[in-house]
Amino acid sequence: MTSPILSLRGIQKSFGPVEVLKRVDFDAYSGQVTALVGDNGAGKSTLIKCMSGIYGIDAGEYFFEGEKIQISGPRDATSLGIEIVYQDLALCDNLDIVQNMFLGREIINRGTLSEETMETLARKTLDGLSVRTVKSIRQLVSSLSGGQRQTVAIARAVLWNSKVVILDEPTAALGVAQTEQVLNLVRRLADKGLAVILISHNLRDVFQVADNIAALYLGQMAAQVKTREVTDSQIIQLITTGMHSKKSEA
Amino acid sequence: MGKNYDVAPLQEWSSEYFKRVKSGDMGALPGVLGLIALCIVFGAMSEVFLTPGNFANLLTQAASVMVIAMGLIFVLLLGEIDLSAGFASGVCGAVLVILITNHGVAWWVALSVSILFGALLGLAIGILVSQLGIPSFVVTLAAFLMFQGLLLLLAGEGGTIRVEDPVILSIQNSNLSPLVSWLFFAVLAVVYVIAGLTKIYLRSKKGLKSNSLTICTIKTSGVLSIFGLGVYFLNLERSNNPELVSLKGMPYVVVVILFLLIVGTFVLNRTRYGRHLYAVGGNPEAARRAGINVKAIRTSAFVICSSFAAVAGMLFASRQNSISPTTGGSATLLYAVGAAVIGGTSLFGGKGRMSDAVLGGFVVAIIDNGMGLLGYAAGIKFIVTGLVLLISSSVDALTRKKTSSG
Repeated sequence: MTSPILSLRGIQKSFGPVEVLKRVDFDAYSGQVTALVGDNGAGKSTLIKCMSGIYGIDAGEYFFEGEKIQISGPRDATSLGIEIVYQDLALCDNLDIVQNMFLGREIINRGTLSEETMETLARKTLDGLSVRTVKSIRQLVSSLSGGQRQTVAIARAVLWNSKVVILDEPTAALGVAQTEQVLNLVRRLADKGLAVILISHNLRDVFQVADNIAALYLGQMAAQVKTREVTDSQIIQLITTGMHSKKSEA
Repeated sequence: MGKNYDVAPLQEWSSEYFKRVKSGDMGALPGVLGLIALCIVFGAMSEVFLTPGNFANLLTQAASVMVIAMGLIFVLLLGEIDLSAGFASGVCGAVLVILITNHGVAWWVALSVSILFGALLGLAIGILVSQLGIPSFVVTLAAFLMFQGLLLLLAGEGGTIRVEDPVILSIQNSNLSPLVSWLFFAVLAVVYVIAGLTKIYLRSKKGLKSNSLTICTIKTSGVLSIFGLGVYFLNLERSNNPELVSLKGMPYVVVVILFLLIVGTFVLNRTRYGRHLYAVGGNPEAARRAGINVKAIRTSAFVICSSFAAVAGMLFASRQNSISPTTGGSATLLYAVGAAVIGGTSLFGGKGRMSDAVLGGFVVAIIDNGMGLLGYAAGIKFIVTGLVLLISSSVDALTRKKTSSG
């Protein structure tokens, strides 16, 4: 078994008196899709926000590429190559695709924006992900469909040679065809060698693309298992009761 | 060579444009159409309206409103408002005039101090809005009243402060000679053409899609012929008795406006700061997550707005030869907001350009000037300008509705 690129041990996080994460362990591997599942309020969002540096962790250890690290803000995570794509995508409708992909990290040449360089890189990234659904990369994001917006958000995350990409419910608001497109894109990301962490409510999606499944139950990691070793009813049981029903482990 | 880069042909470009207009994103179109319609109507109804003399007069009338509107666009881009910009210009104008007249300070020192003072006023507003989170509407409404009071105090009991500095006065009252006006035009035209060609060259070198030469030629010649026509008109004799005193050439204020227009456009379109301003206006949360310092951007917009207002204060002082307790008051601010919105800037943030202020400024000034020439009372002028503002903000609101639901 290869060692995980991102590894969390005994993560704890409380908001006031509410203990949201209770000694959570989690691993993500390069070239693999790790699905993070759990019921509403299980702590999925909190966990990824701890991973991406938005929340500080109260206790526990964070390992990245085998080394113990401290993350004190989103910029730390970004500089390590950990990118997060939010459920609400965080795109600016009034900017075009290129401008969104480089937002906050614009390429500057002698004090002015280097539009040509940025456009070329954006095109290259989209081509590299085999994205053919976007006609012009200079169109405003407001004119894009849900699937296209998701694609732009994901492309933005991988633009910077990132190593870990966290996707928060990427297919939640999409139709059947667009969901298929995005799932294919997720698979391609992993095949390109990235570690993909996929949060999803949809077990069909999870079983289609994930290599590993981590199930959270009331702030505790119920289990992290290989997809091919479990059935969906076992995962549902993990999500709803936090219990393993595998006879071998009973 | 050959077909190693894409060129958008004219047909494709125009069909894209019509699609955009049909989808509700009309940009400068309503402003341009309004401008043409107003010129036709007033030109037909008043003999004076289309004379070169009135054109120059209109320019100097519109100048301060345009400059305030340019500053306001930075604030409007964030979806905020600055109601105090009008009186900020009055206060800064008063600072300028007091320094020159009462303390004998050199004009450029006084101007720098007044702009700095404007920046400080904006900083105070910006901090209150971005750090404390008070709605900008409330902060600037309070500032509006306070600045009005400050202006009253500075101007003294019922007083006006005269300014006699030749440089300050010349900006709104003197002209470049016709030859220099044409030279100025020629320089700008060459720079404009070179900038356009460079862009096409750079894009095609990288194999990126760019507009064809035809489209650029049409755009460039359109802009340059309008500008050239303006210069031509301004170079006509507009004095009643030219033997006594000749009055022709481009007013200095045009240079000021074009300078601010070019610098402002450059900042908004070509710098990281400008990009971040649009991003915060479009989606503050997305901007924050992208690592943009949203609070600093918000504060800076108010600083810029009040600094532009300070420049407008100088223009007021120059035109009126003085500062009075009503300078920058009355309908000034509403005219400036109207100018920005009529030009195509959205009140909801994220959409607007520097040129909107100039286009809309002309529309507002023409309504004011034309109705004045036709002898309408001030009351009617206010009502009509208010209606135009309402109509243009309805266009803005409908556009937003259409694009967000579509």
